[in-house]
Amino acid sequence: MSDNKLQIIHYLNQYFIGEGGENKADMSPCIQKGPVGLGRAMQKSLDSNSAEIVATISCGDNYFAERIEESTSVLMDMINSYKPDALIAGPAFNAGRYGIACGTLCKAMQDRFDIPVITGMSVENPSVDLFRETMYIVETGDTVKGIETVIPKMIGILMKLINKQEIGRSSEEGYFPRGPIINQQSERTGAERAVTMLLNKLSGVTFKSEVLAPKYDYVPPSHRVEALSKALIALVTDGGLVPKGNPDNIESRGATHFGLYSLSGLDSLPTDVYEINHTGYDPTLVLQDPNRLVPLDITRELEKQGVIGGLHETLYSTAGAVGILENEIRMGRELGKLLKEHGISGVILTST
Amino acid sequence: MLAKEIERSGIPAAQITAITRVAQMAGSNRIIRARGIVHPTGDANLSPAEEKDFRRLIVSKALEALQTEITQQQIFSLQ
Repeated sequence: MSDNKLQIIHYLNQYFIGEGGENKADMSPCIQKGPVGLGRAMQKSLDSNSAEIVATISCGDNYFAERIEESTSVLMDMINSYKPDALIAGPAFNAGRYGIACGTLCKAMQDRFDIPVITGMSVENPSVDLFRETMYIVETGDTVKGIETVIPKMIGILMKLINKQEIGRSSEEGYFPRGPIINQQSERTGAERAVTMLLNKLSGVTFKSEVLAPKYDYVPPSHRVEALSKALIALVTDGGLVPKGNPDNIESRGATHFGLYSLSGLDSLPTDVYEINHTGYDPTLVLQDPNRLVPLDITRELEKQGVIGGLHETLYSTAGAVGILENEIRMGRELGKLLKEHGISGVILTST
Repeated sequence: MLAKEIERSGIPAAQITAITRVAQMAGSNRIIRARGIVHPTGDANLSPAEEKDFRRLIVSKALEALQTEITQQQIFSLQ
């Protein structure tokens, strides 16, 4: 341990410490000395700041997401054993579970120990909206491509936080806006600016709103199913179940469409007929028994017992990995329309 | 996102998932907490018979969610 250097801890998931992919997603929390993987590139950027990554902590994505509180507590103990000056997490790019781990851990260290934290994610990562108001999240690409421009931004903001220097606007520093509106002098009144914006919009010229529109809107819950014994229930999954050979070419990440697969004559989903086309999880257990993803056996049983009025004979399936927001909304709307046409009363959607 | 858009069309959708926070963020209204990311309607730690009972339980919970009138997002847990 060097004496005067700032001590920094880095969090990476199982993949980025080189442990393995989905097959190792159940890895329990662990710690090793010094920088690992991307941490080495971070370290280069830290060198000029007399800062050092003293340890790298890690956890499997599934392990973390399935036991958020427990994992956070164990990892925090590991972090605190070093009494570090700051925490770097990820970046998590567009990995959903990894984003949750990075955000949760940063928030916990910030809330309980008041140390500076920094992480990074892509705009499509659901954790951006979960955490951007409470911490600085540097915008990254979907994958590690372009990381060389991300690291200096992350380290730059972190060092400013450590040194209690002012951090510039989100558009200058490359982080996701955190919400607060900062007063600024303008030579033109709001009315002038609004009219200019409107004129630009009408003439097709690009313009930039001064207010950030919320990305996710809210849909009020639809009404409940009144009489289950008369209800037609449909099964939908975004876990990537497709017949072997993937005849509809559903993309395993960033899917643009869903497949329609007949359930007619089936009392249970057989093994050896389907494959899993989804880059976001280890499919071993679902392949052993696809009913673990699409509960056809039980739903069919409930149909026979008259608990539900009927089971819709088509399964709708897509892959929810690294989803592009626009595609997912479009698919959801198409699906809603289709289900409506078939007189479906309620949907059971399963997600990995 | 799928659950939200299905609900927008007027059909209630119960989403079974282990990552309830992502489902919440994505605007899902009826969320059922599963036991594992890699098997939303299963639990590989159980014997085959116990696992089927578990699946019966979680599917019933999803049906319960579909029959529940709600005014905002709700997570339905098994215990």
